[in-house]
Amino acid sequence: MPRNPACGSTEHVLSRRGFLHGALGVGGAALSFGSLVQPAAATELNKQQKRVLLVWLSGGVSQLETWDPKPGTPTGGPFQAIPTSVPGTHICELLPHTAKILHRLALVRGININENDHGKGAYFMHTGRKQEPAMKYPHLGSVCAKLLTTADNPLPGYIHVTPKGNGGVSKEDAAFLGPRYASLALSDGQAPANITLPDGVSPDAEAQRQELRGLLNDRFASARKTAETEAYTGSYDQASQLMARRHLFDLTREPEKSRERYGNHDFGRHCLTARRLLEGGATFVKVTHTNYDTHHENFDFHIEQLGEFDRPFATLVTDLHDRGLLDSTLVIVMSEFGRTPKINRNLGRDHWGTAWSIAVGGCGIQGGAVVGKTNEQGTAVTDRMVHGGHLFHTYFKALGLNPNKNWYINEQPIPMTDPKAEAIAEILA
Amino acid sequence: MNVTLKPEDTRPAGEFKQPSPLLAARFDPTGTYAFASAEDNVIHRWTLADGKRVELKGHKSWLRGLAFSAKDKLLLSGDYTGKVFFWPVEGETPTREVQAHDGWVRALAVNGGEAMLASCGNDRLIKLWSLPDGKPVRTLEGHESHVYNVAFHPTQPLLVSADLKGVVKVWQIEKGSVERELDAKLLHKYDTTFGADIGGVRSIAFTSDGKHLACAGITNVTNAFAGVGNPLVVLFDWEAAKVAQLLKPKQAFQGTAWGVVCHPDGHVVAAAGGNGGMLWFWKADKAEDLFAFKVPQNARDLALHPDGKRLAVPCADGVLRVYDATAK
Repeated sequence: MPRNPACGSTEHVLSRRGFLHGALGVGGAALSFGSLVQPAAATELNKQQKRVLLVWLSGGVSQLETWDPKPGTPTGGPFQAIPTSVPGTHICELLPHTAKILHRLALVRGININENDHGKGAYFMHTGRKQEPAMKYPHLGSVCAKLLTTADNPLPGYIHVTPKGNGGVSKEDAAFLGPRYASLALSDGQAPANITLPDGVSPDAEAQRQELRGLLNDRFASARKTAETEAYTGSYDQASQLMARRHLFDLTREPEKSRERYGNHDFGRHCLTARRLLEGGATFVKVTHTNYDTHHENFDFHIEQLGEFDRPFATLVTDLHDRGLLDSTLVIVMSEFGRTPKINRNLGRDHWGTAWSIAVGGCGIQGGAVVGKTNEQGTAVTDRMVHGGHLFHTYFKALGLNPNKNWYINEQPIPMTDPKAEAIAEILA
Repeated sequence: MNVTLKPEDTRPAGEFKQPSPLLAARFDPTGTYAFASAEDNVIHRWTLADGKRVELKGHKSWLRGLAFSAKDKLLLSGDYTGKVFFWPVEGETPTREVQAHDGWVRALAVNGGEAMLASCGNDRLIKLWSLPDGKPVRTLEGHESHVYNVAFHPTQPLLVSADLKGVVKVWQIEKGSVERELDAKLLHKYDTTFGADIGGVRSIAFTSDGKHLACAGITNVTNAFAGVGNPLVVLFDWEAAKVAQLLKPKQAFQGTAWGVVCHPDGHVVAAAGGNGGMLWFWKADKAEDLFAFKVPQNARDLALHPDGKRLAVPCADGVLRVYDATAK
């Protein structure tokens, strides 16, 4: 579907450019973080940029083994609840490191998306809309790439750090926003392949090649410009910029102690990569941790998976805070759904979209807040029921975006968020 | 015990009910009681003769570690908070409580002389305790994953421990050193799709003469999180330190062998849960079972009565099912 270039709310872009003009006295279009900007100014600029860290616990993490434990009940399972840095708020004992930083997060304990299908749940949580046959909405990452990423940002707007073997561009994520805002998945957190110059090609020769390519592209686009050609051209530009920024993916540049803090396993390394990307100016970084679809031996698997998740995640949030970036970085930890309170005969928990939890924090979020409640055994929401639509509104508000604006497709307005939902005010700062 | 099993005559010999799904079971050494732990953190004690049930409350989490000291008339129970409780077999309150492990206690065992308790857990440690006072004797370190089971050799001063990854270590008890290792890694898989370990040695048992060691669990896993795999008992020749037989169900079954016992007459019996519940009876010289008996619900453990005739199967529906496997 051709993209309508008329669409483009750019308040944030103007704001950032305004900052550049005001603080540096130069136009922003040619700047890239850390290259032309003085270090101190780059740091300040980085703090002004709004960004998002989404930690996707693929398969559906159990709310009972994370954010809403019910120990001592028939559905509670074997784990205990532990106190956190927020007086009166307890989470599962499998998250001891996260418990110490819970004052930087808010818990939403009353989610009901009424979906128990992986794909439909993931869609709802990524787009804020129920899946419907006639319309595909863009993922939050693509929305942020569109609304928060400035033209001069050297990094792709939506970066997805995935487990091994899942790299590439996912155009579907961007829906009608166009492929330019699609997610770029980095398999195992590695830089995209082939972003270094081939042997024998000097930087000067490369610059000449790119200049020629640009001229040819411009001539072609003057007659036949589409979202695809734009994305095609953009991908070359982005590749060039990535080549200059490939050090962001090189974890050997991190002190050994830093790497140890994140843990010597894939998810730890992926969280460290996410921190480097966010520090480097990335707008939206999604880190997927797989997998939590524990129909069988739910408890043993949650020991293992959350044992991997807990420390690197808490370290990442702490590092963002210590670097002054947490106030401008919205942090979201979510899945496509939760897991059944009822423990099945194989000691597993099944899909459960009707009463579960997520955690959010950072930019625009009131740390330590808890909203929503489930009943004693966690089988139903008893207070402040919300769904993906409410969460999408909340993300918009937290990021300083207007959730009530429209996209335009062929001049037809499409609400950016579900018009029937609203933000969860109780967790907004 | 001079009893011979006749598996094809296996029949119900009692059902003991309560509402919470059961996790583990043992008979006491006198054969008077059956004990079973449940998902409500309670240990249920049934008098076999009349079915009277007593609830032993005190644990704050689930538990699967159950063992006895006949000499001291003690029930030992180890839970998922890392605690081991000492209970008089006929009492209702614990007389001692030991913080044994950091994290789950997975299993307990008492040695033949009944002066020593062994515990193992998710902290990758095996700990030895004196009985009946519960004083620490020794800690054995060396496993690199959660230690799922522990057992004393019936005739030699050796202890066996087995972990999530199918590593079986044979320890010299006095020295606290590893004498050798056995390989039960068929019972483990790292599922790269789901990014997690599946399996482990879910139950172990020596034959009464100590010539074989049985390790039970799941193998051939194709989908860890759905539990798609097959039960397996790895039977080791103790002296040769080699696999003597891989004991498998003749008919296809999807699930995990959660409990295994070695009967003095040479039968190896395992109980499984997965797509239903099942008991299988093998002899060491044949890989396929001699007889399979369907259990109405998923089995989560298996215990052999001291009389050698009866088997207890704690089930996911909260029923402790007792079967007589001797000739009618």
